[in-house]
Amino acid sequence: MSEWAVEVKNLRKSFDSNLVLDDVSLRVHFGEVVAIIGASGSGKSTFLRCLNGIEDIQGGEILIDGVNIHAPSVNLNKVRQSIGMIFQSFNLFPHMNVINNLVLAPVKVKKMSQKEAEEISLKFLNKVGLGEKAQASPSQLSGGQKQRVAIARALAMSPKVMMFDEPTSALDPETVKDVLDVMKELAIEGMTMVVVTHEMGFAREVADRVVFIDNGKIVEIGTPQEIFYSPRNERTRMFLSKVINI
Amino acid sequence: MTFDFSALFRAIPSLFWGATVTVRVTGLSIALGMVIGIIAGLARVWPNMALRGISSAYIELIRGTPLLVQIFIVYFGLPALGLNLDPFIAGVIAMGINSGAYIGEIVRGGIESVAKGQMEAARSLGLTYVQAMRHIILPQATNRILPAMGNEFIALLKDSSLVSTIAIAELTRTGQIIITRTFKSFEIWIGVAMFYFIMTYAISRIVKFSEKRLRYSE
Ligand SMILES: Nc1ncnc2c1ncn2[C@@H]1O[C@H](COP(=O)(O)OP(=O)(O)OP(=O)(O)O)[C@@H](O)[C@H]1O
Ligand SMILES: [Mg+2]
Repeated sequence: MSEWAVEVKNLRKSFDSNLVLDDVSLRVHFGEVVAIIGASGSGKSTFLRCLNGIEDIQGGEILIDGVNIHAPSVNLNKVRQSIGMIFQSFNLFPHMNVINNLVLAPVKVKKMSQKEAEEISLKFLNKVGLGEKAQASPSQLSGGQKQRVAIARALAMSPKVMMFDEPTSALDPETVKDVLDVMKELAIEGMTMVVVTHEMGFAREVADRVVFIDNGKIVEIGTPQEIFYSPRNERTRMFLSKVINI
Repeated sequence: MTFDFSALFRAIPSLFWGATVTVRVTGLSIALGMVIGIIAGLARVWPNMALRGISSAYIELIRGTPLLVQIFIVYFGLPALGLNLDPFIAGVIAMGINSGAYIGEIVRGGIESVAKGQMEAARSLGLTYVQAMRHIILPQATNRILPAMGNEFIALLKDSSLVSTIAIAELTRTGQIIITRTFKSFEIWIGVAMFYFIMTYAISRIVKFSEKRLRYSE
């Protein structure tokens, strides 16, 4: 195990001529929970997508557990096995039932036996409180349940890091709590997590550090205490006054 | 003018034989077209510029020229290159290459209709591009392209009448031959139309049935 779970050095990302991430650097300890906040369009999703190589990058380095994911000798598919990714829109596989959504990657990617994969999958489904939905079709689940299945699916690959891109922003208010509770539990158990969120309550309560991104740059990094109660940067203050008053 | 039912009835056994040839030509053409079409459709979306270019040129070229001309090129053109083909084989090759282009477009459309997030979720789990295609994208695409595929099968079955021009004794050609003997053109063409209709109707029922069997709710 290297010193850092995630190490981003001077990351630059642009879409055509549009510079979306400008010299972004961030280091995440193992077991740390980092919340990323910022206005719409500031580059939060793009940042996460760069971290697991879904987006290519134009400059800088990304190391996951010490491995430079863009090094020629590195197999990106291999790296991705160790990064759990949770999307706003769940992205469950609609043509498979819940348990098969979980079993697929351990069997196809890790070459685990079907039986072992099913046992592990059931364990994680139970962990997110959905053991009894193993045979259900994704279309029969509520949004909150879908997102918990997506979390269980990622966990079944035993990732070193879990990344969440606004995991609750597509959910009905009454199902948000179930998802946040699962995430809190993961945090307590020591999972390394990078969470893009607009749930300021979650960031304040669960995150070890909060990162404020504005216009493709990290403007401020600090403990929740520092960011929420004594932000040093004017733009952080302005952003917070907007989201917290709403 | 009177409609001579007995002439029609007498023609039924011969027309039936012609129809079985139509089914054979079409069935083999579809099989070939599926193989070509799936490859062409995948190549159309593959992250490789050369493959995409080749596939797209093939599809444009075939869709931009008449099937009849393609049949003539294969049947009359290839012998000039020293390749003598039996009419039946030439017909199947021409129609297979032709439907491959249309099926390729259908396959591409189906793949592109699957939400982008599906590929991203699959890749995020560590699946390779090929694994994601095979286990996540194609199964969902298959479901969506069935109706279009059924239409293509029906269109191809009807278009197979064009191979009558290279002396394959399929349904249309059989009708023509009977007419030259009996001069009952109205009756025989009605009979030919009935046989085509029975076959296309059967295909559309089969496709509807498999759509129901394969459907999952999203
Ligand atoms: N695939 C893309 N092609 C071109 N531009 C893109 C693409 N994806 C994102 N962008 C641009 O990059 C910028 C950052 O987008 P991003 O989605 O990362 O923002 P965000 O912080 O996640 O916003 P939100 O809170 O709305 O999700 C935006 O200006 C967006 O228009
Ligand atoms: Mg976003």
